[in-house]
Amino acid sequence: MIRWLLGPIGLCLAAAQALATDPVTIGVGYLGVAGTRSTLSLVEQPADNDGVAGAKLAIEDNNTTGKFLNQRFTLEERRIKEGEDVVQAATALAEHNGFIVTDLPADALLKVADALRDRGTLLFNAGAIDERLREADCRANVIHSAPTRSMLADALGQYLVWKRWPRWLLVVGSHDEDKLYADALRRAATRFGAKIVQERTFEDTGGARRTDSGVTLIQRQMPVFTQQAPAYDVLVAADESEVFAAYLPYRTWDPRPVAGSAGLVPRSWDAAQDQWGATQMQNRFMKLNSRRMTALDMQAWTAVRMIGEATSRTNSGDVKKVSDFIKGPDFSVAAFKGTKLTLRDWNLQLRQPILLVDGRMVVSVSPQEGFLHQVSELDTLGYDRPESKCKLK
Amino acid sequence: MLRVGLLSGLVLVTAPAHAFVAYVSNEKSNTVSVIDTDSWTVTKTIKVGQRPRGIEFTRDGKFVMVAVGDDDTIQVIDAKTQAIVDTLPSGPDPELFTQDAAGKTLYVANENDNTVTVIDLEKRARLGDIQVGVEPEGMTISPDGKILINTSETTNMAHFIDTASRQIVANVLVDARPRFAEFKHDASELWVSSEIGGTVSIVDPGKHEVIGKVNFEIPGLRKEAVQPVGIGMTKDDKTAFVALGPANRVAVVDVATRKVTKYLLVGQRVWHMAFTPDEKYLLTTNGVSNDVSVIDVAAQKVIKTIQVGELPWGITIAP
Repeated sequence: MIRWLLGPIGLCLAAAQALATDPVTIGVGYLGVAGTRSTLSLVEQPADNDGVAGAKLAIEDNNTTGKFLNQRFTLEERRIKEGEDVVQAATALAEHNGFIVTDLPADALLKVADALRDRGTLLFNAGAIDERLREADCRANVIHSAPTRSMLADALGQYLVWKRWPRWLLVVGSHDEDKLYADALRRAATRFGAKIVQERTFEDTGGARRTDSGVTLIQRQMPVFTQQAPAYDVLVAADESEVFAAYLPYRTWDPRPVAGSAGLVPRSWDAAQDQWGATQMQNRFMKLNSRRMTALDMQAWTAVRMIGEATSRTNSGDVKKVSDFIKGPDFSVAAFKGTKLTLRDWNLQLRQPILLVDGRMVVSVSPQEGFLHQVSELDTLGYDRPESKCKLK
Repeated sequence: MLRVGLLSGLVLVTAPAHAFVAYVSNEKSNTVSVIDTDSWTVTKTIKVGQRPRGIEFTRDGKFVMVAVGDDDTIQVIDAKTQAIVDTLPSGPDPELFTQDAAGKTLYVANENDNTVTVIDLEKRARLGDIQVGVEPEGMTISPDGKILINTSETTNMAHFIDTASRQIVANVLVDARPRFAEFKHDASELWVSSEIGGTVSIVDPGKHEVIGKVNFEIPGLRKEAVQPVGIGMTKDDKTAFVALGPANRVAVVDVATRKVTKYLLVGQRVWHMAFTPDEKYLLTTNGVSNDVSVIDVAAQKVIKTIQVGELPWGITIAP
């Protein structure tokens, strides 16, 4: 009888002790570049805390869960100013944080990844969409929560083909990223059976993005720029540099819809997304940050939630254990996109549906119906395993 | 005496099947459809607040409570007059709720602020809040009334709450996005559906451990489309029905072996379900096709489809 009673009491004591001990602290760093870039539309001008605001919310969400598991999450933010050494900043962050979420250009990210490789720090690329980071330049210590250009282009391409707008007039900016996006769009056209009827280049001749009498001039320029095009269904613009695309809708010579960098835009997230329980998340974000949630915020949120998901499943804050779990076959994370998100094990890219948005509404979500795949329909977006040049090391 | 018995037996045989009344919340059209289970027709459509989802009869069968999330309240419909007569002081964005066996206390999951609100149903007053995980959703109470279960969608846990002390006594990690929880009637198991995880976790309520899982594999259907939500269990605890969301099917599960024995094709995006009190029929709400499927429980067959409002979500049937 006594022993029978002692058992449960012992258990209770053990449970009480577990709670009384100090929580396991899981440090997450956030490394970004100081300052924001200019957009053509004032409405789309990113906030100073674009990205890290999403990480902050995920830390709160993780901590709500963490209080039941005796885990505590902290966030340390570091912004690099021009001329500052990114490796030095990353190394300092890695002192206290086993995980670092980054919003860095590709070259800077690679430097950081190589510098921190032996330390075991796990990096989450929330900002860079460059294909090469998942292909020839992939790294075993970098997980990508940001989608790639090809995923974005394929998401758009599938919808345009589904909509039976197969003839595209492709307008490409003159900067490198614009050309990379155009490459991805050309690839999408080939994959899904669309035809680029003509390509035009919009030269960036410099000048201010905002001027007092700009609209009058733009209204004359854009129709002229788009006239005498062969018959086409949709104008697809590749303008990551924010030079011209936003000027195109309603101003094309022929009355045609615009997609790509303006008009119908493929994004990982949008402030208008309210399906699959996203409203609660949007509300939480608004309450915390007093503004709407962007794609970059979501990519950072997802990265930090991936960490939280793995620490709760493994009941551990150990970086190695958590890394192995995230890279393993049992990992998945829910991110308000109607399906679980998993990692492509060949390049550590997060599979995800892509939203097609017009600035006010979510028009559609890709992959579109009918685009099939033997493993996951999400792998109809972007470079697939057989095409991959990535060798993780 | 014998004759009386025989007589009443005869009366039962000749009387028409007993009709029940089902109430269906239509998330998009902000209405509740009233269905007569004799004629299988919608007899009335009641206008309610914004975004009605969780819906349940009071234990005495006199009222229907419906959570109208975007109005941050629960409305009370008088089952006799089929008119809204009152509101209950829930927290922000109520979604699902459950009540104790006596029908005196109501527990409401408020999705927006990570709390469960406790409401005195007689006084219609708020008694307090319990802090839970991120996005509380599924709610159920143990058959003995001592343990309240809440599932939190982003924390991915089933929280065990002592109804006397209103304290969390255990948290059990389940698969991603747990949406609905249901006890076996003998209290030996708790079933929790995970919408994104695509499984039903079976929890030992004493040990607070996941002791098994129900997996769903539908030939020709991609795995991501299997998103379990509503669960219905027969009174003999032998058969469970699980709504599989965009897989457009209800799985029939043998409770003892935890294996699916059959998939019943229903409408599109099936959410929740309710049995008629005689357990002859099971009604499911099909969110995308805007209808309710009627399943003959014994035959395990869909026998009828009833058009309701836009995006039907929850369902309750008069006791």
